[in-house]
Amino acid sequence: MPASLRTGWLPPDGSLHGPQLDRLLESNLAVLLALLLLAQLLLLYGVLRSRRGVDAAHPAVEARTSAWRTETLPLLLCCLLFAAMAISSQRLWAALRYQGPAPGAMQVEAVGVQFQWYFRYPGPDGRFGFVRPALVNAAAGNPLGLDPNDRRSGDDIVSSVLVLPAGREVDLRLRAHDVIHGFFIPGMRLKQNAVPGLLLHVHFTPVVGGTYPILCTQVCGSGHARMQAVLHVVPPGEFATWLAGRERALTPAAEEGARQ
Amino acid sequence: MPATFTPRPQADIERKDPGFGGKPPLDKRPTGGGGEGDSGDDGLHRRGPRELLDRYRLGLFFMLAGDLMFFIALVSAFFVRQSAGHFDPRENYVTDWQPLRVPPILWVNTAILLLSSVTIETARRQLFHEMDVIEEWLGMGRPAAKRALPWLLATLALGSLFLAGQCVAWKQLQAERLYFATNPNSYFFYIITGSHALHLAIGLVALLAALVGLYRLRRVQLRQILVDCTAWYWHTMGVLWLFLFALLVGFQ
Amino acid sequence: MSDMPRIARGAGPASTPGAPRLRLFSTHHRVLGIEYLLLSLLAVALGTLLSLVMRIRLVAPDWHWPLVGVLPPESYLALVTMHGTLMIFFVLTIAPLSGFANLVLPEQIGARHMAFPRLNAASFWLTLLSLVVLLAAFVVRGGAPISGWTSYPPLSALAGAGPGQALGMDLWLVSLGIFCIASWLGAVNLLVTILYERCPGMRLMRMPLTVWAWLVASVLVLISFSVLLAALLMLLCDRHAGTSFFLPAGEVLNGVALARSGDGSPLLWLHLFWFFGHPEVYIAILPGMGLTSSLLANFTRRPILGYPLMVATTLAIGALGLVVWGHHMFVSGINPYAGTAFALTTMAIAVPSAAKVLSWLGTLLGRQRRAPLRLTTPMLFALGFVSLFITGGLTGPILAQPALDSYLHNTFFVVAHFHLIMGMAGAFSIFAGVYYWFPLMSGRLLSERLGRWHFLLTFVGAYATFFPMHFAGLAGEPRHYAQLTGTTSSLAGLLPLQRGITWAAMVLATAQLLFLANLVVSLRRGRLAPANPWQATTLEWAPLTWQLLPTAERHVYRGPYEYGPAKGYCRMEPAQADFKMQCDEPAEPE
Repeated sequence: MPASLRTGWLPPDGSLHGPQLDRLLESNLAVLLALLLLAQLLLLYGVLRSRRGVDAAHPAVEARTSAWRTETLPLLLCCLLFAAMAISSQRLWAALRYQGPAPGAMQVEAVGVQFQWYFRYPGPDGRFGFVRPALVNAAAGNPLGLDPNDRRSGDDIVSSVLVLPAGREVDLRLRAHDVIHGFFIPGMRLKQNAVPGLLLHVHFTPVVGGTYPILCTQVCGSGHARMQAVLHVVPPGEFATWLAGRERALTPAAEEGARQ
Repeated sequence: MPATFTPRPQADIERKDPGFGGKPPLDKRPTGGGGEGDSGDDGLHRRGPRELLDRYRLGLFFMLAGDLMFFIALVSAFFVRQSAGHFDPRENYVTDWQPLRVPPILWVNTAILLLSSVTIETARRQLFHEMDVIEEWLGMGRPAAKRALPWLLATLALGSLFLAGQCVAWKQLQAERLYFATNPNSYFFYIITGSHALHLAIGLVALLAALVGLYRLRRVQLRQILVDCTAWYWHTMGVLWLFLFALLVGFQ
Repeated sequence: MSDMPRIARGAGPASTPGAPRLRLFSTHHRVLGIEYLLLSLLAVALGTLLSLVMRIRLVAPDWHWPLVGVLPPESYLALVTMHGTLMIFFVLTIAPLSGFANLVLPEQIGARHMAFPRLNAASFWLTLLSLVVLLAAFVVRGGAPISGWTSYPPLSALAGAGPGQALGMDLWLVSLGIFCIASWLGAVNLLVTILYERCPGMRLMRMPLTVWAWLVASVLVLISFSVLLAALLMLLCDRHAGTSFFLPAGEVLNGVALARSGDGSPLLWLHLFWFFGHPEVYIAILPGMGLTSSLLANFTRRPILGYPLMVATTLAIGALGLVVWGHHMFVSGINPYAGTAFALTTMAIAVPSAAKVLSWLGTLLGRQRRAPLRLTTPMLFALGFVSLFITGGLTGPILAQPALDSYLHNTFFVVAHFHLIMGMAGAFSIFAGVYYWFPLMSGRLLSERLGRWHFLLTFVGAYATFFPMHFAGLAGEPRHYAQLTGTTSSLAGLLPLQRGITWAAMVLATAQLLFLANLVVSLRRGRLAPANPWQATTLEWAPLTWQLLPTAERHVYRGPYEYGPAKGYCRMEPAQADFKMQCDEPAEPE
């Protein structure tokens, strides 16, 4: 059943932590589905059996229903089950969110704007440049409001597709310009809201190459449904080529900026 | 048909108690009221003279509890907002929280409000003087009302004075160019003092109603209820103000 | 004795002693209860129609609607917002709490009337005003707000953030503000009534579970709606007074940097809103739980299993319900440690919920087998409630795990979860209540034949509509999407599934016409209800003759669910004596 679940409903999984999350989800679904069937069958059995009604042969069956068997024991079992679920999933949660990314993780920024995602790579200097809200001007090619006076922003690469090398951990910083957006890559089993005014970090490691849709999961206005982007996970070599190409395209502009 | 027509309580109604527990009840007192509400027709089968009063007090208590949650929400927002800040383009941590000097007149206002609590408490107690209440109940004039009146009027005056003082405080802040939307402190100052002033204005209306009620209401009990509930409302607003004032003064 | 049945029926306000006439501006609780239920009926009809339009827009975005043409995506979001607001506030809060409590609460505790009838009436008229203000949002410029019933800022704080976010949003905020105050007044009245108006002998631990549920729900209303009111006030200030409670620094809208921006936090709204929003879920469902317990006891002719446990779980759910709000915010940017804390409290609240389900199953499966189960329509709906509560509830522990929620949050999985456990289970409890208490409103019984069909179609329709949504959620389809195909077509594969859901939703909605027909037909020509049509033990079914004497009082001698043969009580006549009303005097001591 788990295998069919995976192929049937969950989208293909391309991240390092994904299989663990899928296993957790599937085991939870399996246990709860079993409980669901058990409870519904008991309900049905109760209805059908009691419909038969008067058991005239045993008029004295007024036996007090055993509270231990019908209530206490199942309740204890439920408690144990819930506790086990809570603990097992907290381990995954802690691994995903308590710890920050490894020091060498790749820095990428995702910015949600009504109704588009922008991605920014820090460039060769490895540092993100300043942004100023007042400088935001998508028509003039500066959708994020990069400050041209800042040395570090000259080499920042802004892209509307997210390209990541397979096998390298990514430290994603999330921002939003206007309203709350939800950054969701189903294929990476990753979701985090991008909240204006906050800089939020999530980290994950894409391992399987391919193309994954990026969706917005927090209602953000009339274009919410079409606020989608694409993640390309490519081999490291290909990624380096792509990045170098983007940097080359940027250089004249950066030099121009430096001259001014 | 089961007999349900029981005009008088029976002494041994609970002798055999087959309730869920199977244990005999320890408390033989009947619970609850079963009388009229604020429609007011009679008081024949009331279990105590203060039963109706207690009911209104309880209602007031619940309403004030809800109201308190409203202020708790505002105050928690105050603390959250206080700790908020962001990094500017130079990556310095900046916050727009600029401590606000509370206008000194608020100290005077606070004293006035405390004094008004004393006066309304005095007024409230007049309504429960046993001799006066009996006289009123017997229809021999309204001594309790007469004695409570000056204290209620004093409370009304002090309450109005407090509200006027709050207005002065707002004017003083505006003279310092601190308007509602100037900075987070001013939002909170105005929204907290404003909400409280609104509550106090409602209290003033209740006071006026109590003044009118002292002469218009025909039942002693209802007069007591009106003054009593107004007084408790007033006290609550006073205590609440102390907390809010401490917040505004001490936690900037 | 000749006109005894008419009075004893307590049937309808018209025949209740004590002159509660059917006046529009009555302060009589039963009249108000009916008015509340009619208001809910209006809201639910509207909300259902809105949801059908949404469903069709989702699977056929290009369909030309008569008169309006193709619906733009913002209309879809406006429909979502209004559907959610109508259903949550004006149906799931109003009908089970205000509606049913007004209908039967005073009788159930042996009181003549509510503690504060005028306050109670004021609460109703304010609720109606609130509904009118809300519906006005449809007709103003820009239409209804598009930010969903949760209205997260800055989307809800900035008029320029989308169509409907200007005047429509203001009306929404004002409407909810009025609703808060109305609910407040109603809750104060209910609380004082329950605590002070009980008749002699009606000790707390003899109250029917419905009364316990109303008690706890009223406390939750007082606590949570006040917080919502404060949040609404701050949001209105942000919109119109230039403050920044929820508006962050560096806000850029439509490519223009906002001149005014402080360091407000949208997360503050989330905290305040969900501090209200989660208790609200329990306000909606607790009365249904209480009613289901009563109905299961009645129609299985057995005492409810573990009455003290049921009381304790009701209280526990109420208390824990106040500390679980963070599970709506696992991926919203809160501290991950806070996520863990909220996950644990949320898991904890699953325990009393499970205890309730076990008690219901235990009542149903009890070994005491004297009488056959009475599968009346109210019982069918109560069983449906249990079934839907189980199905919807079991996905709760999944969504309570932040790691799994970080995949499932805001997908159709969540939509399926809360529609099953809150929407459908809540609706089933409302249906159960209406079928059960209809004699008190009209003196007549609803048609059982129509009722059975109504139940069957609704039950099948509910599962067919909402169960498949789990799969859409597992596939990663986010909610609030006006269409399945965006710039990527990753979700297009779900179109057949969503089409099926739309058809099922239509069946579900159409089945409700049976209910309306039943109401209309039975009101005129339904079978006249006998004095105690369901042979119930609770006092709303007891004759109200005592009210004829101004000095008479009701007396209560026993717990609320004394069904089945009891020792020393008329063992010879099992047909008549398999229940004892709470007001039945005890037998002579042996």
